[in-house]
Amino acid sequence: MLRLILRRLLESIPTLLILIAVTFFMMRMAPGGPFDTEKRLAPEIEANLRAAYHLDEPLYQQFGRYLWNLARGDFGPSFQYRDRTVTELIASGFPVSLQLGGLAMLIAVLAGVSLGSLAALRQNKPADYGTMAMAMTGISVPNFVVGPLLVLVFAVYLGWLPAGGLGEGSAAAGGWRNLVLPVFTLALTQVAYIARLTRGSMIEVLRSNFIRTARAQGLSTGTILLRHALKPALIPVISYVGPATAGLITGSVVIETIFDLPGLGRYFVTGALNRDYTLVLWIVVFYGALIILCNFLVDLIYGWLDPRSRE
Amino acid sequence: MSAVGAPVGAASAAIPPPAAPRSLWSDAWSTLRQNRAAMAAAVILGLLVLLVVLGPSLSAYRFDKPNWDEIALPPLTGGHLFGTDSLGRDLFTRTLQGGRLSLLVGIASTLVSLVVGIAWGATAGFLGGRVDRVMMRIVDILYALPFMFLVILLMVLFGRNILLIFVAIGAINWLDMARIVRGQTLGLKQREFIEAARVSGVRTGAIIRRHIVPNLLGVVVIYVTLTIPQVILVESFLSFLGLGVQEPMTSWGVMVSDGSMEMENAPWMLVFPAAFLAVTLFCFNYLGDGLRDALDPRDRSGR
Repeated sequence: MLRLILRRLLESIPTLLILIAVTFFMMRMAPGGPFDTEKRLAPEIEANLRAAYHLDEPLYQQFGRYLWNLARGDFGPSFQYRDRTVTELIASGFPVSLQLGGLAMLIAVLAGVSLGSLAALRQNKPADYGTMAMAMTGISVPNFVVGPLLVLVFAVYLGWLPAGGLGEGSAAAGGWRNLVLPVFTLALTQVAYIARLTRGSMIEVLRSNFIRTARAQGLSTGTILLRHALKPALIPVISYVGPATAGLITGSVVIETIFDLPGLGRYFVTGALNRDYTLVLWIVVFYGALIILCNFLVDLIYGWLDPRSRE
Repeated sequence: MSAVGAPVGAASAAIPPPAAPRSLWSDAWSTLRQNRAAMAAAVILGLLVLLVVLGPSLSAYRFDKPNWDEIALPPLTGGHLFGTDSLGRDLFTRTLQGGRLSLLVGIASTLVSLVVGIAWGATAGFLGGRVDRVMMRIVDILYALPFMFLVILLMVLFGRNILLIFVAIGAINWLDMARIVRGQTLGLKQREFIEAARVSGVRTGAIIRRHIVPNLLGVVVIYVTLTIPQVILVESFLSFLGLGVQEPMTSWGVMVSDGSMEMENAPWMLVFPAAFLAVTLFCFNYLGDGLRDALDPRDRSGR
């Protein structure tokens, strides 16, 4: 186990390095800079600013400096929010994104697996067709269409839920009301994908011999489903969840925009627009690491679901 | 539907005729024909493409011409089928024009990813060994990158260039294609019919052309129909964030984005482009599903 973790850690280093290099040089090659303001700065001031942030050095030297600081855990100051470090900004934005994405994924897995199993049990019956038509709709209607429509209905016409923002107070004290619409919007597409995947693999599993044996022994459908069929049927679903988490993360950029939530996605877009080199790099690296972590967790769960896959 | 089987079935009520060799494609075609949802999706898509390609040129209005006297007219008023937008431009013409761009991006980017993906995957699969391992390791590494973020970055940094959208989106999707093609090629290489062809002296080039490529084509076709809607989605997603095409040019994503700002007063500005976008994605997905059923031999054996 320890060796596996260590190996994965080592393997992730080149991936992250490539990611850092691509992002770093892409940002620097782009026109514009962090000190482009409406009012032109005096040349001396700008020169001083550039020197203070080491922007006057040759590019490779800056890259080396960035990596060196990174290795010591220093991600540098934000260019845009002058008095805060990048790490502080991430610390304020990530909990919002995590809450949003985590809740959405949880709902997506629970609802998706239930609906998919139901459809598989009632294969080629109305319940199956209905569920699958719903799933196809969920896949085909983009979340940036669903989001505004939900706001229109539940916030503007009915007035049941707030249209956006984070809300006052903690989640327990009513802050959850602000999360209902964004989480639901974000979860919808994933529910649809997971339901389709579960249905497909569940149908295959239900056809296999060990399920037939269980039926012959007179076990109830519920017991067969939960005790025997669910685990093998979940394997393709789990291997989907890794990339899907990445999808949720990127999807949340749009959701955060629609619902005016101060998450990481928003920082990323404004950061890129303002050429906030350090902030953008941190967010990209952070998400890269997050994806690697998710893939690793998926592999672990995979090993638990299917002992044969353990080496 | 009844006329379909006539030419084959009419002559032979009792004895099946010496079956004409059924190719993968004729086989797939007959399966697909029976899938009503997929056929309906194909017909709707065909009509939609026709409408989108011809519509803007036939329309009485120009998609980019504001009219200050006709701002935000509701549908079916003042000779505007879908009404007008907040600059008084005909929404019907704009929706079709937006569709042009969305479809164009979808198809062009898919082609980019197709070319790169097939070349990469087939090379890795054919050569095998160390080359294969290195090439696939590169794909693995790229898979772990938060691509959507890099695309957003690219759009923000280098301006909203349609060509750049093609390339950027194509660059994300080729990874899947490369993996699929490699897997197929590896499997095909070992099959008996390839060996038989080799034994009977068919040259390598001919084997690839006559046996490998047609068998890859099925997967590629499925993949293309399922990738186009994904790409359209990515483009509209970028446009929604304000990073896609620029005014006065438009796409469905731009229109949904604009429409969602006006939705309280003028819901039609959101509803029409959103409906067109959703129907298109819906049809592509259903068609892709149908094609998968018809063309993927692995799925067929399960039935």
